[in-house]
Amino acid sequence: MITELGHFALILAFFVAIVQSVVPLIGAAKNWTGWMAFAEPAAIVQFLLTAFSFGALMWAFIASDFSLRIVVENSHSAKPMLYKISGTWGNHEGSMLLWVLIVTLFGAMAAFFGGGLPPSLKARVLSVQSAIGVAFFAFILFTSNPFDRLAIAPFDGRDLNPLLQDPGLAFHPPFLYLGYVGLSMAFSFAIAALIEGRIDAAWGRWVRPWTLAAWVFLTIGIALGSWWAYYELGWGGFWFWDPVENASFMPWLLAAALLHSAIVVEKREALKSWTILLAIIAFGFSLIGTFIVRSGLLTSVHAFANDPERGVFILFILVIFIGGALTLFAARAQAMEAKGVFGMVSRESALIVNNVLLAVSCFVVFVGTMWPMVAEMMFDRKLSVGAPFFNAAFSPFMVVLGLVLPIGAMLPWKRGRIGKTVWSLRYAFGLALAVSLLVWAMQTGRSALGPVGLFLGAWIAFGAVVDIWSRTGRNGSLKRLFRLPGADWGKAVAHTGLGVTIFAIAGLTAWEAEDIRVAQPNQPFDVGQFTLTLQDVRQVEGPNYFSTTADVLIAKNGQPIGTLHPEKRDYPVARMPTTEAAIDYRFLGDLYVVIGDQQADGGWVMRTYIKPLANWIWAGCILMALGGVLSLCDRRFRVAAGARKTPVGGVPAE
Amino acid sequence: MKRLVLILMMLATPMFAVQPDEVLDDPVLEQRARDLSTGLRCLVCRNESIDESNADLARDLRLLLRERLVAGDTDEQAIAFIVDRYGEYVLLKPTTSGSNVFLWLAGPIMLLIAAGVGLNFLRNRARAHASVETKGLSAAEKERLRQILED
Repeated sequence: MITELGHFALILAFFVAIVQSVVPLIGAAKNWTGWMAFAEPAAIVQFLLTAFSFGALMWAFIASDFSLRIVVENSHSAKPMLYKISGTWGNHEGSMLLWVLIVTLFGAMAAFFGGGLPPSLKARVLSVQSAIGVAFFAFILFTSNPFDRLAIAPFDGRDLNPLLQDPGLAFHPPFLYLGYVGLSMAFSFAIAALIEGRIDAAWGRWVRPWTLAAWVFLTIGIALGSWWAYYELGWGGFWFWDPVENASFMPWLLAAALLHSAIVVEKREALKSWTILLAIIAFGFSLIGTFIVRSGLLTSVHAFANDPERGVFILFILVIFIGGALTLFAARAQAMEAKGVFGMVSRESALIVNNVLLAVSCFVVFVGTMWPMVAEMMFDRKLSVGAPFFNAAFSPFMVVLGLVLPIGAMLPWKRGRIGKTVWSLRYAFGLALAVSLLVWAMQTGRSALGPVGLFLGAWIAFGAVVDIWSRTGRNGSLKRLFRLPGADWGKAVAHTGLGVTIFAIAGLTAWEAEDIRVAQPNQPFDVGQFTLTLQDVRQVEGPNYFSTTADVLIAKNGQPIGTLHPEKRDYPVARMPTTEAAIDYRFLGDLYVVIGDQQADGGWVMRTYIKPLANWIWAGCILMALGGVLSLCDRRFRVAAGARKTPVGGVPAE
Repeated sequence: MKRLVLILMMLATPMFAVQPDEVLDDPVLEQRARDLSTGLRCLVCRNESIDESNADLARDLRLLLRERLVAGDTDEQAIAFIVDRYGEYVLLKPTTSGSNVFLWLAGPIMLLIAAGVGLNFLRNRARAHASVETKGLSAAEKERLRQILED
């Protein structure tokens, strides 16, 4: 019964969305207040209905209702509760329902927090947002209904893919979707502004928090996914340039570009049409990402359900929304004249360099991701584009971006002098160079990658410190530091985070060490500065798996420092083995131990890795996300909500 | 039941990437083999190199690669040997031949275009008369300003 109610609520939400995408738009065009005001309650009702529907589906998973097709296919009664819940979105239908839930959530939030928006803009934003909802409601109801019942319910389900039964991955999709769909808000604002024909500093200020939130969620989502890959896939890789990873990385790059260009709109009323275009393209890439994952066009690690019919449907959504948006853009772009005047060397120009680099690097990732398909269709060549290509073609952009970032971040608005800014960064440069020379002296006969990458990371991080320090004024009063706006702190923290991540990736790639051997029980062996002893191998039974667990004693300088328990698991229902690496998380580098098969002579295959600075990758991501949150907390966003309260056109007298 | 589970476990036991018995005695040769195998795709996997993959086919390819290196092939010869047999699909880093030129040049060309457009825009902005900024307010804006000042 709850299932049927959930299904019914979803259909109701679909109808509310249709009405909401039409009525307020007409209201805004005709200046009918009542019709415009319809958007607000509709957005909230739409969200509540979708939330109820999602709750009903989650209930089916929690209660293990095996009369539902997707519950049978993705759940099992013996599965731990957390994974029953996360199973709700661990499949195609459920994840699309989560997607549309987030679309309506953002709509409801815009309705709720959008008190300061002019009524016509607000009505249009909610209308466009609802139109996106309509497309995805239709997609779910017509091609992938999660509430599909089975005529004969089996006794138990087929279990969730064991690789997905993991705390890191349980929360990876929701964050990623919050990010993807958050960009729909920027898109809705862009379209609404195009219809309205007015883009000014206030618009930049309204659109930036949404973009910032989307970017923060994307950062967390991507970091969770990469952390999961690191500990779950059994050899400590953290980024594969897989099509699906690229699908989330491209919107991230564009969101980063967008939130920087929106600053220029906000502060200087320039780059308006570019910012609008960027908002459209960024959401376009979210849709492309969904298309890539859902269509199975590009085979990848986690295409868990794909189907050509669904792919075509999403392609249609993509063509209609992005095609329509670009047409509208082409028709209206001339109306957006830049106002601010600035010199060749200025913060504005630095932000343009930032945008050029981010957008072009995103383009490189896009071309690399799509090339195998293009080559096959147009040139009849079946080929692969893998990590080595992306490392070679993408990294140079990040190197250049890293080099100019600290300078650009400190250039004054309107007009600046490079020499003066560079001089103020001399200590950051010296420190970064010292770090780099130190590691260069310590390593023997290795590649230049490590020192160069470490220099870059340190340069960005120290540069951010100098930037925030420079805000203390001439006599360096610390008190002033605490009174700085949140956005300034956000900027410094997020930039530091980027530096830390680059630092860590360079260190990990350059100095990773690996040991593969057949370990005999109770015979110690050395890896780097650690001594490992395989003490015992046991068979253990988990809730829905069987495990081969090893006890490995770790010693450093003759002193035992702990025991690690690498596991090999087998999930009998899903018929899938997994490896659970044991990781000793250490500040300067992880010790990563994996157990393999038993050999004929009684020994076990063991792989041991030393992963220098591994934790720092995710620490950097956390800093970036934190920077975004600090910036979101900036008082000016809330104060700005009141700016332009009465629209310039004037509200009709009541 | 328990025996069945055990048999299932045996069948499903994961194979790992590079096994100890594959490793060559000569560390220099082994390092070359490892470096080359990170650039070769496991044909039955999704976007994994043979160095990472645990599929049987990947193991066969790893052994084949090592055989060629031991036989005295250079890196290029060993790769060419494998590409001859499995097609360019095995290369994770596509060649620069033929239509792949587009792939490799897409980034640099786009950068040039973007830099050109950006520079042009900047020039215009730098030259634009300050008058643009002080062109004055529209009638509606003046009205609004007057309201604010009076408040």
